[in-house]
Amino acid sequence: MSVPHEILAGLLNIVLGLAFLLVVAALLTWVERRLLGFFQDRPGPNRVGPFGILQVAADGIKLLFKQDWIPPFADAGVFVLAPAIAMVTVMLAMAIIPATPAIGIIGNLNIGVLFFLAMSGLGVYSVVLAGWSSNNKFSLLGGMRAAAQMVSYEVFMGLALLGVVMLAGSFNLTDIVHGQRHMWYVVPQFLGCIIFFLGGIAETHRLPFDLPEGESELGAGFHTEYSGMKFGMFFVGEYIGIMLVSAMTTVLFLGGWYGPILPPFMWFGIKTGLLVCFFILLRAALPRPRYDQFMAFGWKLLLPLTLLNILVTGALMLGLPAST
Amino acid sequence: MLSSVRTLWYTFLHLFQPNVTVQYPDEMPYLAPRYRGRIVLTRDPDGEERCVSCNLCAVACPVDCISLQKTEHEGRWYPEFFRINFSRCIFCGFCEEACPTYAIQLTPDFEMSEYNRQNLVYEKEDLLISGTGKYPDYNFYRVSGLAIPGKDKGEAEHERPPIDVRALLP
Ligand code: SF4
Ligand code: SF4
Repeated sequence: MSVPHEILAGLLNIVLGLAFLLVVAALLTWVERRLLGFFQDRPGPNRVGPFGILQVAADGIKLLFKQDWIPPFADAGVFVLAPAIAMVTVMLAMAIIPATPAIGIIGNLNIGVLFFLAMSGLGVYSVVLAGWSSNNKFSLLGGMRAAAQMVSYEVFMGLALLGVVMLAGSFNLTDIVHGQRHMWYVVPQFLGCIIFFLGGIAETHRLPFDLPEGESELGAGFHTEYSGMKFGMFFVGEYIGIMLVSAMTTVLFLGGWYGPILPPFMWFGIKTGLLVCFFILLRAALPRPRYDQFMAFGWKLLLPLTLLNILVTGALMLGLPAST
Repeated sequence: MLSSVRTLWYTFLHLFQPNVTVQYPDEMPYLAPRYRGRIVLTRDPDGEERCVSCNLCAVACPVDCISLQKTEHEGRWYPEFFRINFSRCIFCGFCEEACPTYAIQLTPDFEMSEYNRQNLVYEKEDLLISGTGKYPDYNFYRVSGLAIPGKDKGEAEHERPPIDVRALLP
């Protein structure tokens, strides 16, 4: 019995791609800690291995050997499921990112943008279920905040994307990048880009929008009860989420793999990497807003702005048909 | 909103500033001479023990980690044993403040870790050093009015001879 070559190649592509993602996500924990250190005038973890890069391995081993504890009062099935959802959804979403026309798992998916939104919508479940099944009031509060935050910011994120979709006339990410051959969409869609990025931070619940975790008020929020590798999975999910939002911003607004001189995949890597660094800078610099301020900011400022953005984009496209 | 952007920028600039961290085991930090670390018992310039077993340090110590016993030899007082339990000491320096003879002094050495807690109890042999520490010239028995062999009353530095209270002359 012989398996067709395409299937084998596809499987290999998926496995390699996911393995690469996991490794980069693990490395990101180290990058983040070092970079945060530099922002705060200290070196960060620099002891294990060259430049401390083996800190990643040390942390992984530590997490693996921690007791895998499920609290007796928790809802065990859901409790185990939640971190898996966190990881699976972001990794699935990552699959649609075209790093270059050739590199990427299903970069050519004709509903790419919608798939991304769907997956980040599903990602909410991980946080909500984690908060619910932990049976702990801090977790529940974190989960509730996460639900409200992610559901509402998903709205702006989706609407902010619409400008790009209108310009490119396609949901296909590869086509969207092709549309940016002459001009990055960040120029006509500057507002959309900012709002998408803000929404992305809220989706990955990273600082300064880490209200679901909110160490200073909720312990650790939705993952208060998690330990060992389940906790690690939340974190890997979070870091892949950062990469996902950075990569999406690159693809949608910053011209994907287009750039002079260097080969395409390097341009993609550089742009995504810089955005990831910007995520870390945000974490180092900004305080967390109060919960009601945060929601008000979303519904009262970002939503009208996004709608306005769509309106103006549409009007301009109708008014100046030559430009599209 | 704008202030957030400014914060971002200032934080970004910190990327290019030197680290303030002193990477301790590789790079020793500078400790001031009056740093409060390991405690020593010093000697006076003649090489005699300064401690006179007055127990003031033991009284001053907020965690009661000093214990000592007085003994006497040729009119002088000495500690028979002098014990500091460094697993309780908080390095507050009160003992040094209390000591009337500058005997007990704190030094800028803090590397005292042990695997066995019992090893943190320092006896007099461990504490006593052969030098004078921070006060090279001070000698308690030379300035005090106490009579010891070789120095009678009124013979100490800056001391006038004792008044004969029975004499009528002014
Ligand atoms: S430094 Fe403070 S705690 Fe330590 S022995 Fe002296 S008085 Fe006691
Ligand atoms: S206060 Fe000074 S002289 Fe008195 S017992 Fe303590 S170390 Fe000795």
